[in-house]
This record gives sequence, structure tokens and C-alpha cells, in this order.
Amino acid sequence: MTAPASTLTLDLVSASLVARFPDFVTADARPGFSGFIVKKENLVEVATALRDEFGFDLLSSVTGVDYLAENKMEVVYHAHRTTGGPGLVFKVQAERVDPVEVPSLIDVWAGADFQEREAWDLLGIKFTGHPDLRRILMWEGFEGHPLRKDYKEAFFEEETKPYKSRWPEGNHTYAEFKNPFRDNLNLPENFSLDNYQPQTEDQLYFSLERSSQKHDVGREKEMGDHMVVNMGPHHPSTHGVLRVAVELNGETITSLKPVMGYLHRNHDKIGERNTYLQIMPYTDRLDYFNSMANNFGYAIAVEKLMKIPVAERAEYIRVIMTELSRIQNHLIFIGMLINDMGSMYTPSLYAFEERELILDIFEAVSGARMMCNYFRFGGVVRDVPEDVLRKIKDLVHDRLPAKTDEMERFLNENEVLVARLKGIHVLNAEEATHHSVTGPCLRAAGVPYDLRRADPYSVYDRFDFDVAVRYNGDMYDNYLIRFDEIRQSLRILEQALKQIPGGPINSQKPQYQVRVPAGEAYGRVESPKGELAYYVVSNGKPNPYRYHVRAPSFVNLTAVETMCKGVKIADFVVLLAMLDIVMGEVDR
Amino acid sequence: MYGKGILKGLGVTLKRFADTYLDDISWWLQGRKRYYTQEGIAHRSSKNTRGIFTVQYPEEQLIQPEEFRYVPFLVYNEGAEGKKEVRCTSCGICAKVCPPQCIWIVRTNDPNTGKPVPEPKNFYIDMDICMNCGFCAEYCPFDAIKMDHDFAIASYGRNVYNLEKLLKPASYYAEIRPLNYVKEEDARKAKEAAKAAKAEAAA
Repeated sequence: MTAPASTLTLDLVSASLVARFPDFVTADARPGFSGFIVKKENLVEVATALRDEFGFDLLSSVTGVDYLAENKMEVVYHAHRTTGGPGLVFKVQAERVDPVEVPSLIDVWAGADFQEREAWDLLGIKFTGHPDLRRILMWEGFEGHPLRKDYKEAFFEEETKPYKSRWPEGNHTYAEFKNPFRDNLNLPENFSLDNYQPQTEDQLYFSLERSSQKHDVGREKEMGDHMVVNMGPHHPSTHGVLRVAVELNGETITSLKPVMGYLHRNHDKIGERNTYLQIMPYTDRLDYFNSMANNFGYAIAVEKLMKIPVAERAEYIRVIMTELSRIQNHLIFIGMLINDMGSMYTPSLYAFEERELILDIFEAVSGARMMCNYFRFGGVVRDVPEDVLRKIKDLVHDRLPAKTDEMERFLNENEVLVARLKGIHVLNAEEATHHSVTGPCLRAAGVPYDLRRADPYSVYDRFDFDVAVRYNGDMYDNYLIRFDEIRQSLRILEQALKQIPGGPINSQKPQYQVRVPAGEAYGRVESPKGELAYYVVSNGKPNPYRYHVRAPSFVNLTAVETMCKGVKIADFVVLLAMLDIVMGEVDR
Repeated sequence: MYGKGILKGLGVTLKRFADTYLDDISWWLQGRKRYYTQEGIAHRSSKNTRGIFTVQYPEEQLIQPEEFRYVPFLVYNEGAEGKKEVRCTSCGICAKVCPPQCIWIVRTNDPNTGKPVPEPKNFYIDMDICMNCGFCAEYCPFDAIKMDHDFAIASYGRNVYNLEKLLKPASYYAEIRPLNYVKEEDARKAKEAAKAAKAEAAA
């Protein structure tokens, strides 16, 4: 009896996929690259087969690469199985002539929605069949696609860092002295300021209206006027500058569209200008609560490309630091959730106390409380001193378990909190996987998908821990699962602190210019918010050719409309808090 | 019983409220000061802390760990007659490794031969752009640029520091980072000894 395709290993999947579609699936044979190249016309067919026959139910990432020299645009998809195992990469190539057209996969995986919009916005790849292909990070009316290799930003200085003007004749000048109206401003042809009509937000409201007609809640459309409310971008409980346009029928949400990009700085483009090492401190600023986890993902991606091992002691230090950061992230989540529900400050400040002690440790080892910049390729910057290690042990063995218990005693049974959270549906397993939601939200919906188990990286396969999972998928489960995860992190920490070996903390010599062979790599870690992944393409030069961040907060937001349709507006802020988004990561 | 959970939670708050004063009272009975002393601050940021967690900034300040980093400075050795021997050789590694490219170095050229001299003519760091990553200090081969501990640099204008403003003596460096200083000095002495031994063997 042959095994069903959904349990095949990756090699067998490759073989059977090529056998199944011999005419339009070919293996990617470029050195350093992996996966398949699918013919554009048959993309939807192949993707459906991958989902239904081969079991790749979670689309992790969609992104594009601009191969300017070959006059090609490539769209790269990473699909995973929620049952675990390595991911599958497949690519579509299109001629680089405007418009670059690729069929949309939104009907196969709804999680492609925002990521396709991002690829359209930044790279100008048009996804045919996407119902709502608007700009997402840049503002409406923006001219051009900034991630294209021939796009130059204002104050453009040079293609890559280090800039030649800094040394040896580095006389300081301010960037803004290069007046944008003289130097670096590219205006579209026939542009005249007198005739300029700013684009309005009609498209946003049109899409809001269409989406409410498509899934009319209770067919009450005729019964009353619908009202559009703009929440944000400065609503205090939106965790940053997120704006949400909501259409309401009375108090019930009929459709909802998040508007983001207020904090956008094109992290990807900055990364492509930087050298490999220079990106490291920038990753700190993505999800500024978990700079250690961000460093981790990027270090893994580049180490995969460089094919270097990581020093044994450094692996343990990395695990210890990321687990500590997970604990403080979840504590802050709990505190801020209560804040969002209107109980200002007492619980959140209790949470901040423990966070303070954890940040003290980060400061002692890395030099900064939040922007740690602690990881290097092959290890970490500096060793953890013995007294700091003892401090961590004290926290892990004595203080944190007791304080977690206290927090639970403080809140879990509170009748008001339970009444507010219990039974309000967030996501079920199908909705969550379909929308590429990862992290605690997916696990609270009953899918035990945790990268530390599903596709173990670093030394996580040496620890004994459980994947926290809850099955109701309501807000109360989403809240409780954070406590479960804190306890599991403490378990990992206890073992890591016991097992940590001595020895060097970096397998490489310290060097500021690393050699990275050509190829691609996808490094992913389980960040506290979900699956954080970096897609890096190298062409052998000192700077990455393509650098893309698959930010969990951004992708998780794809599901926010599904989550909120049909609920009362008062629950919206709490539902949004459940996703635990950080705008530094959403807007990048 | 409805409301039991709320009462339980309030119990935690009440305990926290009591804790705020318990330590104060016990320290007072022992005749120790819990506020405005190093001992008190250290206790309040240790794992045994309870109650009031905050420090009364600016009268009190948290104890900075040695590795704390905030904006770079240049180190000079104090030579004879107060001469400043700048360690920097203007090799430009810090300017190359700097992620936001905020370091600007003018190299000195010998006026007669036109060849570069290992000494910076001027050195600018745009502190408004500096992101305190610490790469410059990490990769400097001459231990010439180090990260500072002084974080109170707010000003009304812009902060472009030149060579004069960036220079701080090696004794200051030894004061803020004693362990690192000793480690580096030992490494330097070992290197010099090895070099001398090699020269002797060659002679």
C-alpha cells in the first residue's frame, strides 16, 4: 500500500510533484536555490494540488524578487504543513514588462491576501484575480514601486553601503541639504503641481462596501443605514498607528479594512543597501519587544546561506535569551490586553515589573535593554558572565514561576474578565490555517503548530517541553494560552540552564565583512507573535540581493476581517489585541 | 459564589499594597536606608524586590552594567605634558561597518609627500543618526573607539560631534569599563611581549 501524499517527505514530494505535472513543474536548478519553478498559467492548479493532495495547508510567505539583469520578476511562495516538517518552495517567473502579471492564489490560501498586496505595492507585480489589489504600505497616489532594483529613493546616495563619502575625505554634510526638489525627486512625466489632483480614499471605501455586500451579515442590509467609522490612526488602544475603517450596522461590524503603513520605512530596501552584518541592528527594530527573536531568525537565514555551524554554547545562550524574551512578551500581552479592556494600568504595571528584571539581564549581556543587537553569524557577541547566569537562574527558578502564579490568581477567575472573554469567537482551526495565522492564535484554535517542534531549529530538539494548545478558539483560550506558553518557556529555560556547556561563543572569527555564497535561504523561528521568517537571496556580493521579512504581525492581520465580521464594535479592540500586533513589524 | 474571582484578585492587590510598606518598615527597624543609597537601589532591582519598584530619577539612578552602551567616543592615551595621543589611526573600519553611516572621517595627509598619516584630521559622528549598535567599538582593531555610559545628551540643537568633543582619556574608559579595560591591556601587553621575544630571537 502506498502512503498518502500528505505524509510524504520533501524529497518524495518533489519527485511525485514533478511526476504529477511533468509539463509545467521543473526543479529550480540554479546553484544554491531549491524548490520548483511553476509555469504561470498553471499556478493555481499546482497550488490547489499542493494544498489538497500534498497537505501543504499553510502558506507561509509570498514575496517577489526583481531580477533586473535577466529582465525577469519572480514570485516566491513558501508553503508548510501544520503537521510539521520542512517547507516547500515554489516560484513563478514572469517577463519584466509592465504590467507584470501573475495569477493570485487568494482563493487557494486566503493568507496570500496582504502579502500579494505588498508585492504589488513594493514590486509592481499584478496578481490577476485578486479582488482588492490596492497599495498597502505606501500611500495611495504614490508613484513607482520602491523595491524594484531601478528605483531610487529621495536622498539616494549610493547603491550599497559603505558610502564612499564617509572616508577618507569624510567632511560631514546633512542629507537634507540635498534639496529634494533639485536632486533626488523623480516626478512622473507630464506632472504639474497646478493640475495635481490628490488621489482620494474612494478605493478603500469601495472595497469596504463590496466586502460587506459579499458576506452580508444576517441580510439586514436593507433594514438600516450602514455607517463607516474610521478608528485610528491615533486611537490609543490600537498598539501604534494602525487605522481601521469599519462599516457598521448599528453596533455590528459588517466589514472592516485595516489601513497601515504609517510607520513604513521600507526595511527590505534598507536591508538591500546594507551589508549582511549591518542588517542585524535593524532587525531589532521590527518587533521591538523581541529583538532577540528577530536577531535569531536573521542569523539562522544567513548561517544557512554561509553553511557555517554555530558554537555550542552560543546555541544555548540564544535559546535562553529568546525564551526570556518570550516570557516578557507574553506578560506584556496580558497586561496590555487588560488595558485594552478598560482596566487601566494596574495589571499591566505588575507585568512590567517582571519585564524590567528580564530587560536588566539583556542590558547586562548585550548593552541595551530593547535594541539588543546580540547575535552574530556563528554565535553571539559576548559571553554571559557567571553572575548574570546566576541572576537568570534566580529568576527562572524562584521569581518568575511565583509571579506567573500570582498573575493567574489575580486575573483568571475574575468574573468581569471571564464574562468579557469567554465564548467570543476568535478563529477556528480552518480559518486560522487558511489565513496563514501562526503563533498563539493558531494554537488556541486547536492546531498544535509550533516551529520549535514542527521544524526544530537550533537546539530545541534537545529539550523536553509541550506545545501549548487549547481547543475552543475563543478569546479566553487565546488569553490562557499565553500563560501555558510562559510555563513551557520556563521549562525550556530550566533545562537549558542546566545543560549549557562551556567553550567558545562564536564558531567564526569576528569579521565585519562576511563572505556569503550565492543562493537563497529561508530562516524561520517561532517568535512570540508567530512564525518570523527571513528570505535572503545572495549573489555573492557583500550586500544581499534580496532581503525580505515575513513578519508574523503583518500576516496575522490578514485574518482580522474574518475575526471581526458580525461581532459588536466594542469587542473589536479586544479581538485586535488577541493578535498581539506590533506596528514596527506590521509596517516595516 | 459569584464575585469570588474578583475578591481573589483584590487579595493580590491588597498583598501588593502591604508589601510596599513591609520592606520599608523592616529596613527602618534595622536602621538601613532603602532610598537614595546604592544598597537600596540594588535591592530594589534584585529578584527579592517587592513593593515600590521605581527609582527616584534623577536623584537616584539605576546601576549601569559594564556593557551598557550609548553613543561612541574616541579614546586617547595621556602622554607626557598632557599630550593627547589619539589611538585612532583613521583606518576607516568604523565608518565602513556603521549601519546608518553616521561616522565621517577626514584622514591626515603628509603635506610634503601627500601620503596618508595614521591619525585623523577630523572625526565626525552624527549623534542624531547613531543607533547605538556598538559595531564601531566591536570591530575597531586599535581599541580606539568605545561606547560611552553617558546617556543624558539631550540638547536644543543638533548633535554632530567633532574630534575635539569625541576625545576622552583612557582613564575615563578604565573607569566606566574596568573589566574590559584590564582585558584589553593584558592582551596588548602579551602581544608586545611576544613581539619583543620574536625580535630578540631574530637578533
